[in-house]
Amino acid sequence: MSVADILHPGAAAAGDAAPNADGLKADAALERMKLFGLCSPALLLVVVTMVLPVVWLFYLSFLSDEGTFSLEHYERLTASKAYARIFWTTFKVSILTTIICVAIGYPLAYFLAQLPKRAAALCMITVLLPFWTSLLVRTYAWLVLLQRKGLVNTWAIELGLWDEPIKIVHNLNGTLIGMVHIMLPFLVLPVYGSMKAIDTDFVKAASNLGASPVKAFWKVFFPLSLPGLFAGALIVFVLCLGFFVTPAVLGGGRVIMVSMSITDTIELFFNWGAASALGVVLLVMTLGTLFLASRLLNLDKILGGGGGGGGH
Amino acid sequence: MLKTTKMFALAATAALALGATAGIAVAADLTIASWGGSYQAAQSKAIFQPVAKKLGITIKEESYGGISDVRLQVKAGAVTLDIIDTGSGGGARGGVEGILEPLDYKMIDVSNFVDGTHLPACVGTITFSTVAAYNTDTYKDGGPKTWADFFDTKKFPGKRAYRSKYHGALEPALMADGVPKSEVYKVLDSKEGIDRAINKIRSIKDDIAVWWKSGAQHAQLMKDGEVDMTTGWNGRFDVAIKDGAKTAYNYNDALLDYDCFGIPKGAPNKELAMKFLAEASKPEYQANMPQYITYGPTDKKAYELGIIDDAVAKTLPSHPHNAETQLVVDNGWYAKWEKYASEKYQEMLTE
Repeated sequence: MSVADILHPGAAAAGDAAPNADGLKADAALERMKLFGLCSPALLLVVVTMVLPVVWLFYLSFLSDEGTFSLEHYERLTASKAYARIFWTTFKVSILTTIICVAIGYPLAYFLAQLPKRAAALCMITVLLPFWTSLLVRTYAWLVLLQRKGLVNTWAIELGLWDEPIKIVHNLNGTLIGMVHIMLPFLVLPVYGSMKAIDTDFVKAASNLGASPVKAFWKVFFPLSLPGLFAGALIVFVLCLGFFVTPAVLGGGRVIMVSMSITDTIELFFNWGAASALGVVLLVMTLGTLFLASRLLNLDKILGGGGGGGGH
Repeated sequence: MLKTTKMFALAATAALALGATAGIAVAADLTIASWGGSYQAAQSKAIFQPVAKKLGITIKEESYGGISDVRLQVKAGAVTLDIIDTGSGGGARGGVEGILEPLDYKMIDVSNFVDGTHLPACVGTITFSTVAAYNTDTYKDGGPKTWADFFDTKKFPGKRAYRSKYHGALEPALMADGVPKSEVYKVLDSKEGIDRAINKIRSIKDDIAVWWKSGAQHAQLMKDGEVDMTTGWNGRFDVAIKDGAKTAYNYNDALLDYDCFGIPKGAPNKELAMKFLAEASKPEYQANMPQYITYGPTDKKAYELGIIDDAVAKTLPSHPHNAETQLVVDNGWYAKWEKYASEKYQEMLTE
């Protein structure tokens, strides 16, 4: 059914009459125009707040300090080994966070999806609760818990789990703990949503046809939940790439991500061009990764099939 | 309408009751921007308000984000600030870039200033020091006394924190490597010298648990006992010690730095701003500051006026007794080498 059909159910019925075909076509075109008109404010907003700044960023990154065209900012990125390492760290942290989120979040979402409605709602609130607390507060809370004389180390030593304080924060581990904590709801929500949309009759039918519970899960349930999983993982990964506060606070200065490098470039050197170049490279690398992922994982099909996967 | 008038009247009465000198409805004669917080509160009471009273003018105080705000205003041709407080690095850079007006040192008397605490476009107002602080519990028999001690992980085992930027980070490393204070900037004035300093830091990298980013952070690290020693700014440690942190520091070979006042290029009231700075740079105003915050004056004469409490004076960075053991930060070096030094420093950090 096309949109015009929905809006004018009567017109579709009249469509059987061939002489009206041209009129209907014009009508449909008009409808489309009207619909476009309806979404144009949103479109305009996206162009003004998203597209224009990115174009501006692009433009700035090719300007030298004197205002002429130059590649100096990009040359600077290749001249120093530090930048390659910073980009590597950014991707490493994002990929690791995504993997851990999937490993924790998928079983959690599965568990939630199996619970009765009321219990699931209650558990969902506990998943979402951290959302209501400022990211900064949560990040500092981890610092208090994990530092050398923090709760975790003090209690573990008291209980005899280890003798010397171990280094859990001010490094990659601490950063990952903080980031997974913040990112987990972003994964659980879409996965839970797609799991709830799966018709349980499918799994029952598989069992009926002789599949073991494990086989029924992997052959039927898991593939149907993939759209949600990929959507969630994608959101987590992309959000991680731009993370600033958590690695800055929990990384102890040794986990340097691109966003931190961008602030330094502006705060220390007031160099918009160099900072823009960093932003552009991150954007291009992100798009490249997404493109590769979509090719390798056939994302279009998986995500596009999401509606059908629900079976409704 | 009535409501507004009423509120206005109320506000005006309240202002009068508080003895505020600035009229509310009248536009201020000068707009001054500083860092806000307890620092600006101290400045307001010690310097801004008394000077305004003396000159019989009204002032408006704002807080701002530093020299980059000035750059934006100057570039946009919409300068609203008459006077700004900035770090010495920002003051030096602002002068070189031409976004700060050159100051008239015939009007502003700096003859008794600590050497090197005024710039062509920025006149010093307070001093602070980058020092090595240590945990007095960890090192009960005395902590590190010199930079060599700080870098000696055998003699003083323990976790350290160090700055995540090259600012104030290379000088201590060179002194630890045996370069005398007077030679530091001479040695640093070459790629080899910078590499030497960075290599020295690299040699103790495994013992550096945290690379700190802000003063609040290094004070907290000491308070929490997260590290056993760190570099940092003396004022922050003073606050932490007052709060019960087991921390001590000394001024031996510390880096003496300062904040300064400048006038943005194209300031609306440039002439008056210059007069204001001439008055505000007098020792009697500078001497008021330590009552409110533990930063020292840049004018040595401020110590001779009997305004600063003796016990406090001895703890201030610019007290003659403390100043003579320190190295004054050379902003010329920072302007010349910032790109090379920061990039090499970042490489060391990301290894």
